[in-house]
Amino acid sequence: MSTTGKAAPAVDTPPSPSDAHRARLPSWVTGILTGSRGPALGLLAMCVVFFIATPYFLTQSNLLNIVDQTAVLGLLALGMTAVIVMGGIDLSVGATLALATMVVGWLSHDQGWPLWLSAVAAIAVAGACGLANGLGITYTKLPPFIATLAMMSIARGLANVITDGQQIVGFPDWFDNLSTIRYVGVFTVCTAVLAALYVAGWAYMRYRSGGRALYAMGGSAEVARLAGIKVKQRTVLVYTVTGLLAGLAGVFLTMRLDSSQPSAGTGYELDTIAAVVIGGASLSGGVGSITGTLIGVLIIGVLRNGLNLLGVSPFIQQIVIGLVIALAVMLDVLRRREAR
Amino acid sequence: MRDVSRHPAAGPSQGLVVRGISKRFGVTQALDRFDLEVRPGEVVALLGENGAGKSTVSNVIAGTFPSDTGEMTWQGQPYEPKTPGDAISHGIGLIHQEMRLLPDLSVAENVFLGRLLHRGGRIDRGEMNRRAREQLRRLGLDISPTRLVRTLRVAEQQQVEIAKALTLNARLLILDEPTAALGGEETDHLFERIDALRDEGMSFIYVSHRLEEIARICDRVVVMRDGQLVATHDTAQVPVVQLVEEMVGRSIERIFPDTGTAGAREVLRVRNLTGPSFQDVSFSVHESEVLGIAGIVGAGRTELVRAVAGVDPVTGGTVSVEGRALRLRGPKEAIEAGVVLVPEDRKGQGAVLDLSIGDNVALPNLDRISHRGWLSPRRVAAVAGEAISLMTVKGRAGQPVRTLSGGNQQKVVIAKWLERKPKVVILDEPTRGIDVGARAAIYEVIADLARSGMAVVVVSSDLDEVLGLSHRVLVLSRGRQRGILPAAEATDAAVMRLATA
Repeated sequence: MSTTGKAAPAVDTPPSPSDAHRARLPSWVTGILTGSRGPALGLLAMCVVFFIATPYFLTQSNLLNIVDQTAVLGLLALGMTAVIVMGGIDLSVGATLALATMVVGWLSHDQGWPLWLSAVAAIAVAGACGLANGLGITYTKLPPFIATLAMMSIARGLANVITDGQQIVGFPDWFDNLSTIRYVGVFTVCTAVLAALYVAGWAYMRYRSGGRALYAMGGSAEVARLAGIKVKQRTVLVYTVTGLLAGLAGVFLTMRLDSSQPSAGTGYELDTIAAVVIGGASLSGGVGSITGTLIGVLIIGVLRNGLNLLGVSPFIQQIVIGLVIALAVMLDVLRRREAR
Repeated sequence: MRDVSRHPAAGPSQGLVVRGISKRFGVTQALDRFDLEVRPGEVVALLGENGAGKSTVSNVIAGTFPSDTGEMTWQGQPYEPKTPGDAISHGIGLIHQEMRLLPDLSVAENVFLGRLLHRGGRIDRGEMNRRAREQLRRLGLDISPTRLVRTLRVAEQQQVEIAKALTLNARLLILDEPTAALGGEETDHLFERIDALRDEGMSFIYVSHRLEEIARICDRVVVMRDGQLVATHDTAQVPVVQLVEEMVGRSIERIFPDTGTAGAREVLRVRNLTGPSFQDVSFSVHESEVLGIAGIVGAGRTELVRAVAGVDPVTGGTVSVEGRALRLRGPKEAIEAGVVLVPEDRKGQGAVLDLSIGDNVALPNLDRISHRGWLSPRRVAAVAGEAISLMTVKGRAGQPVRTLSGGNQQKVVIAKWLERKPKVVILDEPTRGIDVGARAAIYEVIADLARSGMAVVVVSSDLDEVLGLSHRVLVLSRGRQRGILPAAEATDAAVMRLATA
């Protein structure tokens, strides 16, 4: 049968206005920034504004400070990116973090465990919370929102039960130093681990078949299942890893604060979701990237830091962050509509 | 018979007259000086390939968006709907292909959505239920108006949509692919209702791909292509070949390609397979053979092939590939044994629309094209490029599948499996929602699969398709196997006799 005589419908080759722009950047830059150009430009613009407003902003010590301050949020957002790309949501990360920090303090102070073992146990407990989320979602068919909402309440309750709501203060210097002493003038142990995990997460989401499967699941879980992907297993795995990362974040926070507080991490789940969404992920799944999330985390970190330097009150900061979330997602929606 | 008229009836008309409407979306000229007339009490078929502009015409008439140029008159008055509500208040309604009902509201609430009846400041449910029931009865449907729409079958939901339009005193209804989700009996029923309403003076614009239905129900046929009027026929009794040629703008020499001869070696064997909606089904498929599965909607065809592909659990029986029995514990095992399924619901189950062609093709092959779990984008692009050229998909590897036409989407769904060199390919409704011109290309692909030695199973509601492609035809009815007919004996009549058993 002849296929000539009828031109291809225009819809088959949509014009892509951004192609021309991309051609100017080196390909490795565009490769890394795929889908996150907008947030990256926003971050850059924000840095310029803060630099003009207060030159201290761009000093090495302040920039390193921002990285230190965002390490906890960064860890939570790393797992959350995988969850959101897969089409899920995890509201329990903040409470899981609190549970982990309490387990570290309680095991090492009240139970006489070695501190390193307490930390490992805390991460394991957090992983168990994630595992419970995953099992609840896949086997008892709870919607992710509900399963993790329940876990948020349970983990927060457990964090309080352990010490009856009391905080635990005072950890050995070697432990606190992991988050304060810089090596090579840049990385603390905490931020080095964070950077390594981001590189690993980035590679996983882009170049591992397991990571690519998450995008398919977020786009359509049924298509993924029919393609032979073990959707349930992957779901459980992702929530478990997110729990483990929340546990690690809890340990990091314990180092930074030199204490375990049952109220730690309150509201962090929403900051985390905000960072991931600012980074270009879609809450309906299938879209998002580790690079985008990193930028989203930095946007929140830079914004807090810059506003602090300018002496803006924390209440006003909340308003600004709210506006930034709305603006980021609005621009993203517009951009996507343009691309259609 | 062919009458390319730019000016339908002169003088005032009591029906709808559309003159010279054009509409442009970005670079696409969706409508180009299109004319249409619908007289009171007639059913006009609007025919054209996907992308020909049928939906654009429907949407302009129903007030979804305005045209750029051109004018319309309705019942002798200038007609310029600003919103769908505006069109409805003029008595013109659009029944979408996909139902636009709220599943968790009752039938009556859906019928009166946006204009719930009140009495003394309170919602008057009694009156709403009474009037909804009345309209449903008029359509020959005896369901309770208090039932939730979620609990209705698709055909019933469609009737509710029509009932909704009737309570709005619609005089012209645009039906967009109304039978896409209906079985034979339900289609007959719908046609009876259309006939009855036409006798009451209602007009219809009937948008469809199904030429044989158009011959049954329509009074006149309007064919469009690339946004333009191509032909109008004052009768619906137009030879199918002529309509198809007008739609695609070229001649269709042969719709069904030669599928070659079936081989002797048995590849797939199904023994006494039993599941929730089929019982005791046994058949085998040989290499290079196409086995068609026919039956009316609800006969259990889709359920049967999904079970064979390991997607749904079975309660008994065996499936074996080249003599090795499958455990039927999920799609992965079947895929690894070489059994792949191109599902009925392309958009929900076949492809991830927002992912690129490359990602979609890579999806079921992640285990093969990765090296110890690592994927190289270059390898993915190469595999996708191969698939795109092999299947002549019109698109680039990085392009989202959503931007492709239905035919090209289906090619992507088939292409993603071919990388695995499957032994058995099952295609469930391979041409559903795909326009006539593109169907021929899909048939060509199916024939190629068989000629290359694969065992192919084709399920279709389109009897011509099953008969035209298959070496043998298995007929199901109410979950039971009624017989397997060789191509020579598989006539329309023979298959239908078994299918309605």
